[in-house]
Amino acid sequence: MSEAVTALGGASFNGLVAVRERPLTGMITIRADLSDKAVAGAVGSVTGLDMPGTGRIVEGEGCAIAWMSPDEALVFCDYAEAWDKVAVLQGALAECHALVANVSDARAVFELDGAAARDVLAKLTPADLRDGAFAPGTMRRTRLAQVAAAVWPTEAGTIRIVCFRSVADYVMQLLSVAADPDAPVGWHG
Amino acid sequence: MLTLKCPCCGVMTDETELHAEGEAHLKRFGPGSSDEDFTGYLFQRENPKGIHFERWRHAYGCGKYFHAARCTVTLEVFGTYPAQTLEPPQEIKDAISAKRPGWSWREMSN
Amino acid sequence: MSHRLPQGGRLIDRRKPRTFRFNNRAMRGMKGDTLASALLASDQMLVGRSFKYHRPRGIVASGAEEPNALVNLGTGDRFEPNQRATTTELFDGLVAKSQNHFPSLDFDIGVVNDALSKFLSAGFYYKMFIHPRPFWKHVYEPFIRQSAGLGKAPDAEARDVDTYEHMYAHVDVLVVGGGVAGLQEARAAGEAGKEVLLIEQTAHWGGRAPVDGGSVGGGPVDKWVDETVAALAEMPNVRMRLRMMGAGVYDHSYALGYERVSDHQPGNDAPRHRLWRIRATEIVTATGAIERPLSFAGNDIPGVMLASAVRDYVVNYGVTPGRRVAIATNNDDAYRTALALADAGVGVPVIVDARSEGGPLAEAARDRGIRVEFGMGVGRLLGGKRVTGVGICRMDSDGSALHEIACDAVAMSGGWSPVVHLWSHCGGKLNWNETRAHFAPDPARAPTGADGQAFVRAAGAASGALTLPEILDGAEDWEEAPLSPVWQMPAQAEKALQGKSWLDFQNDVKVSDVRLAAREGYESVEHTKRYTTLGMATDQGKLSNINGLAVLADALHKDIPAVGTTTFRPPYTPISMGAIAGEARGALFQPIRRTPMHDWHDAHGADWEPVGAWRRPYAFVQNGEDVHDAVMREVTNTRQNLGLLDASTLGKLIVKGPDAGRFLDMMYTNMMSTLKPGRCRYGLMCSENGFLIDDGVVARIDDETFLCHTTTGGADRIHGHMEDWLQCEWWDWKVWVVNATEQFAQVGVVGPNARKVLEKLGGMEVSADALPFMAWADGEIGGFRARVYRISFSGELSYEIAVDAGQGQAFWDALMEAGEEFGVMPYGTEALHIMRAEKGFIMIGDETDGTVIPQDLGLNWAISKKKEDYLGKRAQERDHMTDPDRWQLVGLETLDGSVLPDGAYAVEAGWNDNDQRRVQGRVTSTYHSPTLGRGIAMGLVRHGPDRMGEVLDFPVPGGTTVRAKIVDPVFYDREGEKQNV
Repeated sequence: MSEAVTALGGASFNGLVAVRERPLTGMITIRADLSDKAVAGAVGSVTGLDMPGTGRIVEGEGCAIAWMSPDEALVFCDYAEAWDKVAVLQGALAECHALVANVSDARAVFELDGAAARDVLAKLTPADLRDGAFAPGTMRRTRLAQVAAAVWPTEAGTIRIVCFRSVADYVMQLLSVAADPDAPVGWHG
Repeated sequence: MLTLKCPCCGVMTDETELHAEGEAHLKRFGPGSSDEDFTGYLFQRENPKGIHFERWRHAYGCGKYFHAARCTVTLEVFGTYPAQTLEPPQEIKDAISAKRPGWSWREMSN
Repeated sequence: MSHRLPQGGRLIDRRKPRTFRFNNRAMRGMKGDTLASALLASDQMLVGRSFKYHRPRGIVASGAEEPNALVNLGTGDRFEPNQRATTTELFDGLVAKSQNHFPSLDFDIGVVNDALSKFLSAGFYYKMFIHPRPFWKHVYEPFIRQSAGLGKAPDAEARDVDTYEHMYAHVDVLVVGGGVAGLQEARAAGEAGKEVLLIEQTAHWGGRAPVDGGSVGGGPVDKWVDETVAALAEMPNVRMRLRMMGAGVYDHSYALGYERVSDHQPGNDAPRHRLWRIRATEIVTATGAIERPLSFAGNDIPGVMLASAVRDYVVNYGVTPGRRVAIATNNDDAYRTALALADAGVGVPVIVDARSEGGPLAEAARDRGIRVEFGMGVGRLLGGKRVTGVGICRMDSDGSALHEIACDAVAMSGGWSPVVHLWSHCGGKLNWNETRAHFAPDPARAPTGADGQAFVRAAGAASGALTLPEILDGAEDWEEAPLSPVWQMPAQAEKALQGKSWLDFQNDVKVSDVRLAAREGYESVEHTKRYTTLGMATDQGKLSNINGLAVLADALHKDIPAVGTTTFRPPYTPISMGAIAGEARGALFQPIRRTPMHDWHDAHGADWEPVGAWRRPYAFVQNGEDVHDAVMREVTNTRQNLGLLDASTLGKLIVKGPDAGRFLDMMYTNMMSTLKPGRCRYGLMCSENGFLIDDGVVARIDDETFLCHTTTGGADRIHGHMEDWLQCEWWDWKVWVVNATEQFAQVGVVGPNARKVLEKLGGMEVSADALPFMAWADGEIGGFRARVYRISFSGELSYEIAVDAGQGQAFWDALMEAGEEFGVMPYGTEALHIMRAEKGFIMIGDETDGTVIPQDLGLNWAISKKKEDYLGKRAQERDHMTDPDRWQLVGLETLDGSVLPDGAYAVEAGWNDNDQRRVQGRVTSTYHSPTLGRGIAMGLVRHGPDRMGEVLDFPVPGGTTVRAKIVDPVFYDREGEKQNV
């Protein structure tokens, strides 16, 4: 377990914004009918959080739940605890029709930190990043250039990005090119 | 460059976040069916100049398949709706009838 | 000749000179000049040669509509052909060369085409290059390739050193055009609280108004412009960008903006161009209007310019095109040019007006002492490489009786056409305005969007409102008398003159060419365009389209609206390929998918193979080897010792639910629901059309859970396929699917020593009893949490082990270290392919090609007889699928031990109806097998399994024939003992 690594070993780049690969992050996919009270109850009992509404992310102490689709949620937790949490969630959901899977290693997580974060992201995704459409609490699945990604603005003012592990290198390069210090746009904010 | 509202996650999504998945409301024919019914299921498709019902997948999004009622000439979208239905819901049909009275598509009509 | 005036030029800064080179000559301009204005200031009117006839070409316009002043701009990696001098902002050190001539601009042997013009009229190549047929390949085509094109292609080794990017933007209102109409629209929308983006393709706000004059609220219009710009800059909800062109309007209110970020300051590190991908609720096209030339003989001689362009150069850049500038017109607007020239002290020897009378502007010109001739036209122009005089005649004559007046430039105006391109891109329709002789947007037939409502509105001159008072409240300007449409000057010009009256200056299309097309039956304006190439040059017909279709209408005796316009297509003016690509170049051209062990492979000699978007090692090439050597070594070592395969890319789909078994019974040809927990089964998937689409091993995890492996290329596709059927057909079945492919690194530990290395690492039981062939188990190996599948694609003792991807590299390292004493070596995809071929295992994509069914491959055992239904079952009952003549899988061994070429066909006696040899089989996979020391192949042969031992003939490239014997496809370990130990 101590030998686990992130896709890029903590790569970072400084330009228009700081681009950082985040450390190992626990991520668990739950396939279940999210509108089912029993499901929400079971998940809530393990995470201490309410099930998020459509397109939302709910954050708590060291834990978060993101809505991925009407029957898919993504639970964020401590990487070291992920497998145990999978077992606990499976137990809690045993009476429901549900699938719980550890996807912590299948993803890479990035953060954009700086006032120009929305501008940098806007070079890569057609998603509406205006304040009204993309405020903290929003979880938006979209594409960054040619790969799938999930993006969300944090309360702290940064933007977090999740993509598939296999394209971590591509996404890091994409974000770094978009954050080229010689390429300010001055569009958002 | 189309935009469609995904009825599953509510996002107004760009064509580049979607995959086009062909005609909606296909009826599957399997073992026991006539050659005619079966080859119709495999190969016969509508190609209308006007109202059409088609499938889309929100590939770079929630991953769900959904249906859209769209005019192939003007690209007007009359509505999108979840895929778990054998025919378009009444409100979609009504939306079409309001703008294109007398429409028809396969065995469906105004 | 053309020169800089002693004063004036509102856009230039005379204190800041700029040096540049044109055709290797050093020249000087000012800050604020365009390349065109700087060339004119240096008396360089001649700027190129036309496409077909190599006629001398001079600057005609002042903006994006310029057809002639195309230059090869820059050098080395920044070289770019076909750049318009009128839209190139002058910078220090600019280097430009004129195009399409040899040996020089002034003396071009290509002008021989002009002498032969009688034979090179419209559509000549449809008639000329046909016979004799053999001449096409070696005479005509090379000649055409050599002479086609205008600018020089960049060197093959050159690489674009600039960067480009995209930008997605969402706004309420996009206003295209920063002239008075656009400024007004932006202000109104801004004051209504909308989020507005206002874009302007040039570097300045205000459009034509500062040159054309007029007043607003009592003050000069350029003061209104400055005030409005300042007010807009104060509004936080309004954003404004210069040097940004509206390139196209597309469905559902989408528009492209082309921002030339640093063309005017090349060599800095900013992106050169930015392509804006804009979603706007409403788009306003305030794109102005473009002046039309007049069609008279000699109207292409350098020195002939659009009247508005002449005053643009005088007022904006302090440059006059000549010392004696004649004016030819059919409208009042051109008189503005006369007044501007007079104000600048430039002589205007005559104004030739096709009408019988003019308005107050004409009066004003006369009052300044300028000679105005009404009812007259230009019969022909005098001069070769430069205008020397104008021969005027009565408008209602055939142009033969001329009165000559000396001049060195001619300003022509045939009226104004609204710029309707963006309006038209997405289906907006036009009306013909008889009074103004132009097409203008029909507001009742605007482009409509997703809601069926209009999403584009035209404003200002682009909507047909050509005068300032029509556009701005409180504006005042000269009253204008109506124009008189003139499509040919003079009206009854004799044929010879029509042959010298140019419509399309860049592609060399004359009035006579359009009449020829009409005579030859090309009556549709779309046909005429292609037959004559009118409007097909890089200027997309901005100066020629309307004049051309008016001539066509006349030739066909039809009304102009009945002839109509050709289709307007984006981009409005050419945009760079770099802008379209954005960041997607080099390393970012496409995403490359890497496994967790990618870097290790790279450091250890991996010869990379693309498999979908993944990179997998084909082989690991060690010192002194070539790739083939490496592959042979890897096969041999794996069969004798121990091989490691990175199998991480194979799909892993978790399928769970009470209906999971039932669902997989439909997805696979096999009966999967009977698979017991702890066991694995190789499964086949077919399309509804019956053909094999994927294969892989399925593991039963527990009562409700399966793990399905797919091919590398199939993972995302089969995941989508499963979701498709679950969401759209069997939505009441309770099944969930998760694509867990990337969660796990997966390593094949393969060979006689496979168990030894795992036992050395310690942990879970991997003995033959604890983990028999085709079983799986969860546990721990060497401290790594692992799931081990006892499956074999090589036929050797084999364990495929899944660990969390984050530990993949560490696990691989542990195996390499522990395996050293057992002779461990990594192996790649080619060794994988050879070993499976030695065992007669099929490969999706080799043995299958989209037309192959399991029954062709001897895989009937994988098709459940007990199932009533599965995807593909009904299709496999069709006649063609049950035909006994379908080619079947066999092994092939060449008689001489050589390797059969991939894709080779086995012939039989006779010829088919297409005069092709009859065939009876083909090669699907072929390799040299180091295990057997000979070439082996698999193939599909008619009645193959019944013809064991028969020898077939395979003709190969080069003319020889290879003979090969039909054999069992399992070449090695027929009993399957080695994988079972």
